[in-house]
Amino acid sequence: MKSYARFLGKRVLYMLLTLFLIASITFFLMKLLPGTPYSNQDKLSEEQIYIMNEQYGLNEPVAVQYLVYIGGLLKGDLGTSFQFNNTPVTKLLSTRIGPSLQLGIQAVALGTILGIVLGVIAAMYQNTWIDTLATFSAILGRSIPNFVIAVLLQLIFGVYLQWFPIALWDGGFSSSVLPTLALTISPLADSARFIRTEMVDVLSSDYVELARAKGLSRWTVAFKHGVRNALIPLVTILGPMAVGLMTGSMVVENIYAIPGIGEQFVKSIMTNDYPTIMGVTILYSAMLVFIILVVDILYGVIDPRIRVSNEGGDK
Amino acid sequence: MHNQENTPVADELKNLSPDMFAPASESSVQDNEKIAAPSLSFIQDSWRRLKKNKAAVVSLIVLTIMIILTIAAPLVAPHDPNVQTVEFASLPPKIPGIGIDGLNGTQAVGDTRVDKYAEKGVPEGQYYILGTDSLGRDLLSRILYGTRVSLIIAFVAAFFDLTIGVTYGLVSGWCGGKIDNFMQRVLEILSGVPNLVVVILMLLVLDPGIMSIIIALAITGWISMARVVRAQTLKLKNQEYILAARTLGESSIKIAFKHLIPNLSGVIIIQTMFSIPSAIFFEAFLSFIGIGIPAPTASLGTLINDGYKTFRFLPHLMWYPAAVICILMISFNLLADGLRDAFDPKMKD
Repeated sequence: MKSYARFLGKRVLYMLLTLFLIASITFFLMKLLPGTPYSNQDKLSEEQIYIMNEQYGLNEPVAVQYLVYIGGLLKGDLGTSFQFNNTPVTKLLSTRIGPSLQLGIQAVALGTILGIVLGVIAAMYQNTWIDTLATFSAILGRSIPNFVIAVLLQLIFGVYLQWFPIALWDGGFSSSVLPTLALTISPLADSARFIRTEMVDVLSSDYVELARAKGLSRWTVAFKHGVRNALIPLVTILGPMAVGLMTGSMVVENIYAIPGIGEQFVKSIMTNDYPTIMGVTILYSAMLVFIILVVDILYGVIDPRIRVSNEGGDK
Repeated sequence: MHNQENTPVADELKNLSPDMFAPASESSVQDNEKIAAPSLSFIQDSWRRLKKNKAAVVSLIVLTIMIILTIAAPLVAPHDPNVQTVEFASLPPKIPGIGIDGLNGTQAVGDTRVDKYAEKGVPEGQYYILGTDSLGRDLLSRILYGTRVSLIIAFVAAFFDLTIGVTYGLVSGWCGGKIDNFMQRVLEILSGVPNLVVVILMLLVLDPGIMSIIIALAITGWISMARVVRAQTLKLKNQEYILAARTLGESSIKIAFKHLIPNLSGVIIIQTMFSIPSAIFFEAFLSFIGIGIPAPTASLGTLINDGYKTFRFLPHLMWYPAAVICILMISFNLLADGLRDAFDPKMKD
């Protein structure tokens, strides 16, 4: 147990170090950027600029600004947005995290469940046309860019069939259907592929053969004995999946006009709103690093073999 | 037992004469030892297995055609991709000799189809096979040049991934010990950064353009290559032939080029093949959200973005480039899958 705690401690330390590095790098990159935060600089007198710089703390030396920023970060303060009515970035983002999170969770849940089903079916009918079809759809899902899928869904179900709103967010179910579907495709394709490979391995293992020998039907064996073990490695692709969703949410939220983090990020990039860009950068990195940590911990919890080898027989 | 000695077989054996024997010729021995099938090099063997994969072969052919077309874009493109002919703006596709609605220069206005080419006074015999955009630029030419830009970005970015990733992985795996430990910790920290964020930050700092996108993609793309190469190097490092080379006093650099890289070529090619479609996607993604290639240069992403702005009324402006990017991505992914199977030694039959 002791070495497991040490392992965890080390992971958390790396996580914090990573975040600190990211925060520092984004800070200095932002300082390198050309231009000022004031869109109407020509109309401002030097005194006005000086006063505004003073107000935002931009007259201090860069080192002091850096320390102030990092100090603020520790308190959960991401600075003040240059655009969007001087809202504190933390407040700006916290009102927008809801829709993004809802879409992300719905997409991951739906995508993995469908992916598992598709992957298991493909593995059960290995090397038949069903397998080929399932594998090919997974490749399609991986290949077609999410913004193309989003526009296609918008056109078919929003414009032609009018089943769902074209681009609207009211927090209700029907307005979340299309964006969720658009985001679902890539986790679906990834997990289907992954599960298929794992299931092919698992299905040829001894304990599956034993379960078959004692008279269980193929599907009972597949779902009761096979899937459980094939699922374990699926946890490891949660990290890349989360990254895919962040990327996806930026375009999907824009296409469907959803007031989420991704849409805010794109808007901030377009308007050179540096504090918000930094805020989203740090938020995304924190989420990813956290997910990687959770995956590491989960992996040990789900698969006792790994825990045992980590603990090194301390028990 | 005694009288069994006089069986017919024994009698026959007694009757054998020396002239019934002939000396075995040397050539007959060699024939027995001859290897009937030609010996295959690693590449030939993989090629043989790749050829069995129909999807991969079709993808390879499609990609070859597309690459040739884009290389020859200046010769093939019917119009200049950046010349604006505003009077001929937003024309629907018109292909000579085809009368199908949607491809004959007509467009539905209300319930009737209007010949847009006649309406705008396009001279007889002038065609825009895929129509024109809102500034009167020929879509087909823009797609050809756009695909070219997208492919250049993808290939160059993949090349950088390859050189940086392979070098990093080789050094880390080969040196081992403290150096490896340090390099792996660096990788661990870097992999905690979402590459999307890095790419976007880089694009904000650098001037927008093809080079910036390539740099941004190269900075983030090499990590998985480095990991794979390191893992393989660790495995290969303890093989007997490496040990032999070391014992004979070969320098590390020579071992890397002569023994390690040829044996790593399978994983390197696979990894590179997967990084090409992801670079194509990233370029399109960045251009789609508006921070990619600046106008007037076309790339598949900017074309889709432009098309999306008017896609309710001129859907073809979005669908054609979207179709091209889908075909490209699918072909690269299928080919990469095929190559992985072809290079996978476990599949060897």
